[in-house]
Amino acid sequence: MTRLIRRRTALFGLVVVVGVVAAAVFAPMLSRFDPIEQNISQRLEPPGWTDGSGLVHLLGTDQLGRDILARIIHGSRIALLVGFAAVAISGLIGLAVGLVSGYVGGRVDDLCMRLADIQLAFPFILLAIAVIGVLGPSLGNIIVVIGVSSWVVYARVVRSEVLSIREREFVQAAIALGGDDSRVLVRHVLPNAFAPWLVVATLDMARVIVIESALSFLGLGVQPPTPTWGGMLADGRVYLSTAWWLATFPGVAILITVLGINLLGDGLRDALDPRLQV
Amino acid sequence: MKRFLARRLAQALVVVLGVSVVAFFILHLTGDPALLLLPPDATAEEIRNFRDAMGFNDPFVVQYWRFLRGAATGNFGESLRHGAPAMRLVVERLPATLELAGAAMAIALCVALPAGIVSAVRRNTPVDYVSTVVALLGQSMPTFWLGIMLILIFSVRLNLLPSSGRGGLPHLILPAVTLGLFTTARMMRLTRSGMLEVLGQDYIRTARAKGVNESPVIWKHALRNAAVPIVTIAGIELGALLGGSVITETIFAWPGVGRLSVQAIYNRDYPVVQAAVFLLSTTFVVVNLLVDVAYTYLDPRIRT
Repeated sequence: MTRLIRRRTALFGLVVVVGVVAAAVFAPMLSRFDPIEQNISQRLEPPGWTDGSGLVHLLGTDQLGRDILARIIHGSRIALLVGFAAVAISGLIGLAVGLVSGYVGGRVDDLCMRLADIQLAFPFILLAIAVIGVLGPSLGNIIVVIGVSSWVVYARVVRSEVLSIREREFVQAAIALGGDDSRVLVRHVLPNAFAPWLVVATLDMARVIVIESALSFLGLGVQPPTPTWGGMLADGRVYLSTAWWLATFPGVAILITVLGINLLGDGLRDALDPRLQV
Repeated sequence: MKRFLARRLAQALVVVLGVSVVAFFILHLTGDPALLLLPPDATAEEIRNFRDAMGFNDPFVVQYWRFLRGAATGNFGESLRHGAPAMRLVVERLPATLELAGAAMAIALCVALPAGIVSAVRRNTPVDYVSTVVALLGQSMPTFWLGIMLILIFSVRLNLLPSSGRGGLPHLILPAVTLGLFTTARMMRLTRSGMLEVLGQDYIRTARAKGVNESPVIWKHALRNAAVPIVTIAGIELGALLGGSVITETIFAWPGVGRLSVQAIYNRDYPVVQAAVFLLSTTFVVVNLLVDVAYTYLDPRIRT
């Protein structure tokens, strides 16, 4: 019963993720409104409002008269772009550190794990805003800062996986047959450590999207007029008492996206490696 | 036991040293700290004099050593905006942050432990489904949106609770719930899975078989064995709450370290930023050290 529900929720997660990716890719075709062009005469109109030309603004308009739905659809581009890019960077760093740390062991392992402790000791958001505050907010800086500081989970999971794979017969056999270390690592160890890595990457993507919107919310994300979910929320906060829809809908978009990715990640974990603790 | 403590202490010191290196480099990220610290309209000569006065022309190692010596005595220089020692400003805000993080943790423990246990014991019942859904939503909800929605409902619409500032209990409720939800959700799931695992063990079956009542089985036999990972995560989460309060404090104008640091970043007041990063990270390390010590008491097997 639980398994069935789990599968159904994982499927739901997959549908959501595919939907968001599609929204990001086909954004200009999905919405008839321009996400950037301002129209002060139709500002702060409520959800479902029909403008002069008979077009319905399903989620209303913002303080500059822009269609909120259009901005949410276009906002998914930044969220996913940062998500994929940052996960790729941190995933690759973590994979490399985990493989080497687990396979070589000894002092190298000690060093890597201390580095991980140091990284974990930092209040992540504070460090990210400090660094971006110094470097200046730009798409590249955001991706690099999130990417470089999120490798620890990957490294730990891959390392523990490598520790057990290393002792298995087929790896020992490959070493005994004289295979050199890098070959054994890439051909025999890596493929077996990939499944847990993928689970971590999926769940981490959800975290990265939340962080990106948090940075945008604080004004340190991709700068306006480019629509970002966090930035829309920050704008909407000012109009909380008069126009609730401004702050509400971008948050719903984040919630649904993150929930979908989490469910997909949970489903992947159940399917690939139920004992994984992440 | 002594060896374990000495080893953990040494590791913690190494981590704090590493933290100090990163805190030091925050100022040097762009290559020229003088340009960061001085107002944009400073003349070339002012910049040169400032560089000399601050010792920015010295080799990195010398500068870092100076920074480290200062950090060891809590001296991070003067705040550029307030003219007071940076560390003092941060320490003054610490009680507010501790209050908020403590309240969030209290909420998390009071909700997550009972809910997680009930949901494990009554597995696959409506209670379990409801708490699982709540936990999933809680883990997926961005803090800042939750905070804004709570303000919208309880402050703007119902006019029940204050939306900003620090005061008595009413001021604490919304920020504490906002900050605590993610931790609550995480600990709920962890308690549930931990309890489920323990409840499937042989010694639980033995206890039941020899006729022990259900409630001591759950509260004594099972919970004690499920406690170690829960305590560990509680420690880690407490550290995360201290650092993660940055956003919650910003939304609710809570006068803590997080809000101070965000303002300091906007004001380019970097000594304060460095002091805050250093203090929060060190607190995190100390909390984790205490957790490690605590669970050597809970689980004697770890003392090696």
